Amino acid sequence: MAHDSGGSSFELKAMLRDERFWKIAFQVITLIVVLALVSFFLSNLNRNLIQQGRAFSFSFLTNPAGFSIGESLIQYRPNDPYWRALIVGLGNTLSLVASGIALTTFLGVVAGVASFSKNWLVHKLSRIYVGLVRNIPLLLQLFFWYFAIYGALPQPENQIGVFGIAFLNNRGVYIPWASSAVLALLGIAATIGAVIAAFYLWQQRTKIRVETGTGGKTQTIGLAVLGLLWIAIIVFGMNWTIPAGVEGGGVEGGLRLSREFVASLTALVFYTSAFVAEIVRAGIQSVSKGQWEAARSLGLPAGSVMQLVVFPQALRVIIPPMNSEYMNLTKNTSLAFAVAFPEMYSVATTTYNQTGRPVEVFVVLMATYLSLCLLITLVMNQLNQNVQFKER
Amino acid sequence: MTSVTPDSFSSAPPDVVALGPVPWAKKNLFSDWFNSLLTLVIAGIFSWGMIRLVSWALTTAQWEVIPNNFGLFMTGTFPINLYPRIWALLAIVCGLAGLSWGVLGRNLSTLFSRNVLIGFGVACAFMVLFPPTRPSSLILLPIVALVAGTAAAGRQIGRKFPGVGKWISLAWFLSYFVALWLIGGGLGLTKVSTNDWGGLLLTLFTAVSGIALCFPLGLLLALGRRSALPIVRGLSTLYIEIVRGVPLVAVLFMGQVMIPLFLPLGSRPDRILRAIIALALFSAAYLAENVRAGLQAVPRGQQEAAMSLGLNTPTTLGLIILPQALKIAIPAIVGQFISLFQDTTLLSIVGLAELLGIGKSILANPSYLGRYAEVYLFLAVIYWFFCYAMSLGSRKIEEKLNTDN
Amino acid sequence: MRKWGLLAAALGLTLAACGGSTTTTADGGGDDTAPAAGGSRLDVVKDRGQLICGVDGGIPGFSFVDESGTYSGLDVDVCKAVAAAVLGDAEAVEYRRLDSTERFTALSGGEVDMLSRNTTWTISRDSSVGLEFAPTTFFDGQGMMVKTASGITSLEDFAGKAICVETGTTTELNLTDQMRQLGVDFEPVVFQDADAAYAAYAEGRCEGMTSDKSQLVARRSTLPNPEENILLEVTMSKEPLGPVTVNNDSTWFDVVKWTTFGLMQAEEFGITSENVATFEGTENPDIARFLGAEGTLGTDMGLPNDFMVQVITQVGNYGEIFERNLGADSQFELERGQNALWTEGGLMYSPPFR
Repeated sequence: MAHDSGGSSFELKAMLRDERFWKIAFQVITLIVVLALVSFFLSNLNRNLIQQGRAFSFSFLTNPAGFSIGESLIQYRPNDPYWRALIVGLGNTLSLVASGIALTTFLGVVAGVASFSKNWLVHKLSRIYVGLVRNIPLLLQLFFWYFAIYGALPQPENQIGVFGIAFLNNRGVYIPWASSAVLALLGIAATIGAVIAAFYLWQQRTKIRVETGTGGKTQTIGLAVLGLLWIAIIVFGMNWTIPAGVEGGGVEGGLRLSREFVASLTALVFYTSAFVAEIVRAGIQSVSKGQWEAARSLGLPAGSVMQLVVFPQALRVIIPPMNSEYMNLTKNTSLAFAVAFPEMYSVATTTYNQTGRPVEVFVVLMATYLSLCLLITLVMNQLNQNVQFKER
Repeated sequence: MTSVTPDSFSSAPPDVVALGPVPWAKKNLFSDWFNSLLTLVIAGIFSWGMIRLVSWALTTAQWEVIPNNFGLFMTGTFPINLYPRIWALLAIVCGLAGLSWGVLGRNLSTLFSRNVLIGFGVACAFMVLFPPTRPSSLILLPIVALVAGTAAAGRQIGRKFPGVGKWISLAWFLSYFVALWLIGGGLGLTKVSTNDWGGLLLTLFTAVSGIALCFPLGLLLALGRRSALPIVRGLSTLYIEIVRGVPLVAVLFMGQVMIPLFLPLGSRPDRILRAIIALALFSAAYLAENVRAGLQAVPRGQQEAAMSLGLNTPTTLGLIILPQALKIAIPAIVGQFISLFQDTTLLSIVGLAELLGIGKSILANPSYLGRYAEVYLFLAVIYWFFCYAMSLGSRKIEEKLNTDN
Repeated sequence: MRKWGLLAAALGLTLAACGGSTTTTADGGGDDTAPAAGGSRLDVVKDRGQLICGVDGGIPGFSFVDESGTYSGLDVDVCKAVAAAVLGDAEAVEYRRLDSTERFTALSGGEVDMLSRNTTWTISRDSSVGLEFAPTTFFDGQGMMVKTASGITSLEDFAGKAICVETGTTTELNLTDQMRQLGVDFEPVVFQDADAAYAAYAEGRCEGMTSDKSQLVARRSTLPNPEENILLEVTMSKEPLGPVTVNNDSTWFDVVKWTTFGLMQAEEFGITSENVATFEGTENPDIARFLGAEGTLGTDMGLPNDFMVQVITQVGNYGEIFERNLGADSQFELERGQNALWTEGGLMYSPPFR
């Protein structure tokens, strides 16, 4: 504290001119405003909830849910508690996300690469697809697939058979599947494992070939063995059950994908793939022309140029934005509830309806989707590190 | 498809006459066996699909659901006797659009190029020939003329007063409130309850309001996240990351159900306002990330140079950094606006009768049960038109800015 | 710099304008809808000069909006009756379409003054959700609609079959309970809105469609071939439907409750919209009190003393409302059944007006 008033006013002026003061003051003011707003909202919330006789609490999660859920990965009975119902919803969301990501990546990359095709028709088709699908809202596409396309499939009595091993009707799609869930999981795990192992073997092989010019034979054999092993596991290890049409309509055996699931998956995959295709296209475009020319002047055929030279470089540009597309896909699965697919959001709204607890349900929803997105980001960051330039 | 040559006169392979298309096809469609196979398969599937679609559209489809409900699609249950207000609104918007076009294009040699004239022709023909608009085409045709007229006038004005652009921005700004007044009523006009706002009108209104609100908010968040001040940065980052991790439908749900819970007892904002707020709060987080990418692309030297000239932080940001950053971010920002426009369809889930919502309620009408494909295709065309127009506009702006440099 | 200033102004103005739009639409705005400390919703409605009534809007016979935007149906008529009682004008109603997921929050948040929206009276809603249920205006029960061709005759036949249902309703829970009891394993297809659920049933996604019987009957008439659909002879639940107000406002609740009872009492007295004028100088003390010629029954509640005259003249008695919307004069031709007066073997019973 200054002794005389002149000194203090001088100090004040100096302080007002000092940018550091303003920086601190600005932050303090921001913090106070935000805190005031938050506490205003929270106190209102608290008062409103108490007035309605529903103080904030998660204890309702252990009450029996009482409603039934159409499809579920785990055992679920209507008298199971709410938390179990929510987990069933989460499971359905996850199956939509997982199959969605796999198919989107495939279709998106194909459509993106196709836009560089020398074939005029393929090139045009890819452009039309992207230009059309990106500019129509997902929800509209979802309704279109559910009601106009899958709804137009015949009744089970007149179902369409595909080579006698798969069936389509307006209840869903029936495909061959492993006879038990454990086997199916093993099969999926084996596939993922094989893909990862193949990726590393391939990388090693390329590295050896780049460094020594020849060789890498061991790895090539390894790849072949891996491939054969995988085929053997898939063909013989899964104990496949093939769906069979039943007299008078309906299907027995195999895996039934409900129409709700298939329509949601189709709409999500078609929509997201259009964005992925654009990312892939931009990524490929970002590879400098010299790389194409150099590769071609080495005498590589067009397919190999893309596969060996351009695409691996494009991946560095492609992977970061893919993260947000995968996140979008994950969040967009919540729209599937509009066509009656019992995913996380659908179960959550039902829970809210039966319990009248919007805040708690919203917190659960938010936490779930945030952690899903976080998980995807973590995986993608790891992947990103693997493909970035290793500067020597 | 110009690659198909009529070849009905001789069975001999086409010779010199077909030199144009055939080598083209050979080069672009049948360069090797793989390509040929690809072409045949794709052309087969594609034409099969097209034939199915066209034959469905011409024979099976019952299109009367569109003309019979055209009014509902456009304005929802807006009272018919108040339609003149909508016409006035359309005239204002079109007049302003024409004026802006004229002013922006004042240095072009010809304002009405061939393509534009074709566009006008198609628009007029559409209005005269397309039955649902026929009773209204008497009003729509003058509006087309108005666009052309104001565009020509705008060009003259723009040449005489180069500074007129500012006033046009202001006029657009004011037109928003005029629109609000014309739609909602009050101040001497009959009031129209927000329950009766619907269809394309509501879609456009929520989208424009959402964009207008989310832009400044997104800008602030982006600046906050790039700020050197830890508290501001932390709060902005927290907000952006949380919102980006939650699905929009959950945010809208919160908007409809929870906003009233967060407010003092008994105050309950209109549901359209609640939806707009939720939409804007959601999009702002994404927009902030787009702007941030633009900010990051501005070289550090710019800021240092501005600082060394003695500019303080706000002026550096406002005059040096932001203009450059926004220019870089324009494609991404427009992309975000497009997705906001598409996201308005989710309002149908929370019970608003916007374009998709009104489509759903028309489909519930016993007389139009099962007309899904017709209605959804019609809606798809409308959405596609607006989204495509926006991305086209963004591309034009981008090109213009690139040549400026 | 100026541009950003302008933008900031735009932000503020837009907010203000949107706020403005709410006041124009809610006809009074935020302050008006908030009950003053200790005040009743009744005063809010009177000040506003309009009743805001939450309805479904998509159920023919109960509340339905036609292409011109006109509301009609039994639920709508109850709204009109309350408006006539409070404001003397049956048309002074603003309808809010609410879906089943948002109706209770809209009511407890004060967006609507009352619900007249096929709401089933249950103990948990009455006690823990914070609602107050006025007398039942329609006794319903949950039924099941199937296609005649499907050959399904009982709930047991649904093993492995799909049933379409709307979420957020007691229907979903009743169906589950019933099927659990019977040990039948079925596939529920749960839609968020009724339109989608009926559409999915109509095009064959589900073998069965479950809802309140009245709704099934009403909706059946809108299906492509109504005669190909039948209602099974099962009743899965008791569904007493009636108007709802918010807890802790007994003044307002009394108004809604006694207006509803008044509709039934009028039918019991034989007073209709046609003949109400002839009762003007009646000697019957019960009717004189009821119509406000004697006593202070109306003013005691904070209403005009002749509120029932307004209601009956403008809307009619319960019997008229029923016949007009659901009964013989409508396309549904529903029997009165449980909804007949107690004097005729039904459940409609009004406590005495005295």
